[in-house]
Amino acid sequence: MKDHLLSAADLSRDDAILVLDTSAEMAQLTEGRSVKKLPTLRGRAVVNLFFEDSTRTRTSFELAAKRLSADVVNFSAKGSSVSKGESLKDTALTLEAMGADCVVVRHWASGAPHRLAYSGWIRSSVVNAGDGTHEHPTQAILDAYTLRKHLGSVDGRRITIVGDVLHSRVARSNVLLLATLGAEVTLVAPPTLLPVGVEHWPCQTSYDLDSVLVKADAVMMLRVQRERMNAAFFPSAREYSRRYGLDARRFALLPDDAVVLHPGPMNRGMEITAEVADSDRSVIVEQVTNGVYVRMAVLYLLLAGGRE
Amino acid sequence: MSWLIRGARVLGGEPTDLLLDDERIADVGRRISSRGATVTDADGLLALPGLVDLHTHLREPGREDAETVETGTQAAALGGFTAVHAMANTDPVADTAGVVEQVWRLGREAGYADVRPVGAVTMDLAGERLAELGAMTDSAATVRVFSDDGRCVSDAVLMRRALEYVKAFDGVIAQHAQEPRLTEGAQMNEGELAGRLGLRGWPSVAEEAIVARDVLLAAHVQSRLHVCHVSTRGSVEIIRLAKERGFPVTAEVTPHHLALTEDLAATYDPRYKVNPPLRRADDVAALRVGLADGTIDAVATDHAPHPVEDKDCEWDAAAFGMLGLETALSVVQETMVDTGLLDWAGVADRMSARPARIGRCDGSHGRPLAAGESANLVLVDPAASRVIDSRELASLSRNTPYEGMTLPGRVVATFLRGRPTVLDGKLA
Repeated sequence: MKDHLLSAADLSRDDAILVLDTSAEMAQLTEGRSVKKLPTLRGRAVVNLFFEDSTRTRTSFELAAKRLSADVVNFSAKGSSVSKGESLKDTALTLEAMGADCVVVRHWASGAPHRLAYSGWIRSSVVNAGDGTHEHPTQAILDAYTLRKHLGSVDGRRITIVGDVLHSRVARSNVLLLATLGAEVTLVAPPTLLPVGVEHWPCQTSYDLDSVLVKADAVMMLRVQRERMNAAFFPSAREYSRRYGLDARRFALLPDDAVVLHPGPMNRGMEITAEVADSDRSVIVEQVTNGVYVRMAVLYLLLAGGRE
Repeated sequence: MSWLIRGARVLGGEPTDLLLDDERIADVGRRISSRGATVTDADGLLALPGLVDLHTHLREPGREDAETVETGTQAAALGGFTAVHAMANTDPVADTAGVVEQVWRLGREAGYADVRPVGAVTMDLAGERLAELGAMTDSAATVRVFSDDGRCVSDAVLMRRALEYVKAFDGVIAQHAQEPRLTEGAQMNEGELAGRLGLRGWPSVAEEAIVARDVLLAAHVQSRLHVCHVSTRGSVEIIRLAKERGFPVTAEVTPHHLALTEDLAATYDPRYKVNPPLRRADDVAALRVGLADGTIDAVATDHAPHPVEDKDCEWDAAAFGMLGLETALSVVQETMVDTGLLDWAGVADRMSARPARIGRCDGSHGRPLAAGESANLVLVDPAASRVIDSRELASLSRNTPYEGMTLPGRVVATFLRGRPTVLDGKLA
């Protein structure tokens, strides 16, 4: 594996399988044990550098690092492009001076983790925990892990991703990783919410959810912000959920063993109904659990595995 | 003091001597006697008329941490320029006779290049009320070019009125063509790469829609429109059509849009963040052809200095713009001359004669190198090459996109009204 995890495209097929297998080992080593801690990263420092609020992702990384016995520092540097405050560079230099071995960064600007990794400001490993509308690679890994667990393998499986692809870092990372793993991915969204150039992505696209669902092995619903309707991406929340929401009728179109994913947080009643979100084929809560194993695997491979 | 330049190839022609005396070219020919002049050997060097930049950000007043009139014109002289048009987006904005006169006077005091201030079209660049264009014209700065550059005059009525109004004094409106609603928060060229990088797209259509509207407005009111920093194939095609129909339209292209593509954005290094953004190879090819066939009249640098902290950050947080003055001629040589698209006479036309005419530089710039003309000229060694090192630039800022690149050609000397501003490649 590379020194950093910035994009799902950084993972070759072998890398991706290694991370998934390692995640499974992490699950085995901790599940059902009273003491869930492993000594692997004792004495190493992991910094969670969050320029944007995200309790879920930060907590998941924190728990992952702690289970590997790393020292964890949470560094919240909330700032906007308008009121920059301390610059990314100065924050990075501070963390470097404190001796961070790994920086897990969440940032509102696409490419900020890339800048951290390659500007020569710091030497530590950088893990992208979500940057702007670019990528969120550990989310894609945990989705792939969850899919593999339920479908046996991702290779050749038909995965449908529905919603605001344009603004979704989750969708970008998932398309790249799932394609690497051999899945057939179909993006479904209104044309306004598909990025220009999506025809060059390693996936199919469709504007019609019903026709895609009948063949899907899994469907991933993306969060859609209601405010997008004010920027004319769609006329109203009602119309959006009628055309692209996963309700009971659409759920019934899915093959019997298909599963439903959502990266959270959900807008119940918008992209997904409560009935579907809480059904026994929804693996949404399990995704959260798997997130910890996957992040343990990533930290382990970056900090202990790859450099020995 | 008089200068005798021995054996320079004027516009790439046969070696000839040029005698400069009392601000003018006194004589051009073979074996001119020195008559007490200082002799400089120009064996192997080209002589071109002093370059004229229609689009320079000198940052003074207001951002003297990025550039001053003095350092900016030093950079201009080192790049072979004898006149620069200083854009209006300073702080305070150059929207009054007072500010344009101040900038003009600072240029005179520095003495490295003639500074032709550009006046703002609208007060404070706000796009709401016309600035006092007539007062700026009548000032000592004799402004002829007006631009809200950095912002587009997007209101169609205001644009129409501005075009009409400047007819009274032979002015020109230089439009930064960018439909604002289509480019809110835009970071780079809209396309597959922007989608992949998660950077907000700046679509070609946002430029082309304004260019199309403005050429029609210019034709309708029969007034001069100049299109700043054309960046797309579609804009070139619209301007070509407008010229075929005889519309009073001119256009410029920057060196960086002739040389660089959007692929550089994949580094997320804001050194490559510029407005309009770097486009695709297909656009670059169209811009080169457009410049070669005269659809695009001029190369203009859009020299945009920024302090280090405005570039050493996240892409989204970084300022738009690149340095250009000290590398422009080299980039034009590499992209236009060495590719066979333009000869040196063509370079002189696009970098001196035509921009001077568009800016109404009063017969002192952009003239042929002939006896009796103002002695504004540059000597260039086209066989030289150099590795660009931002620390060696005269500009106060370091944001060149060519860092570490090897570029052909070197400015050896620049003369402003018979007085050297650059000798042996260094400020005189």
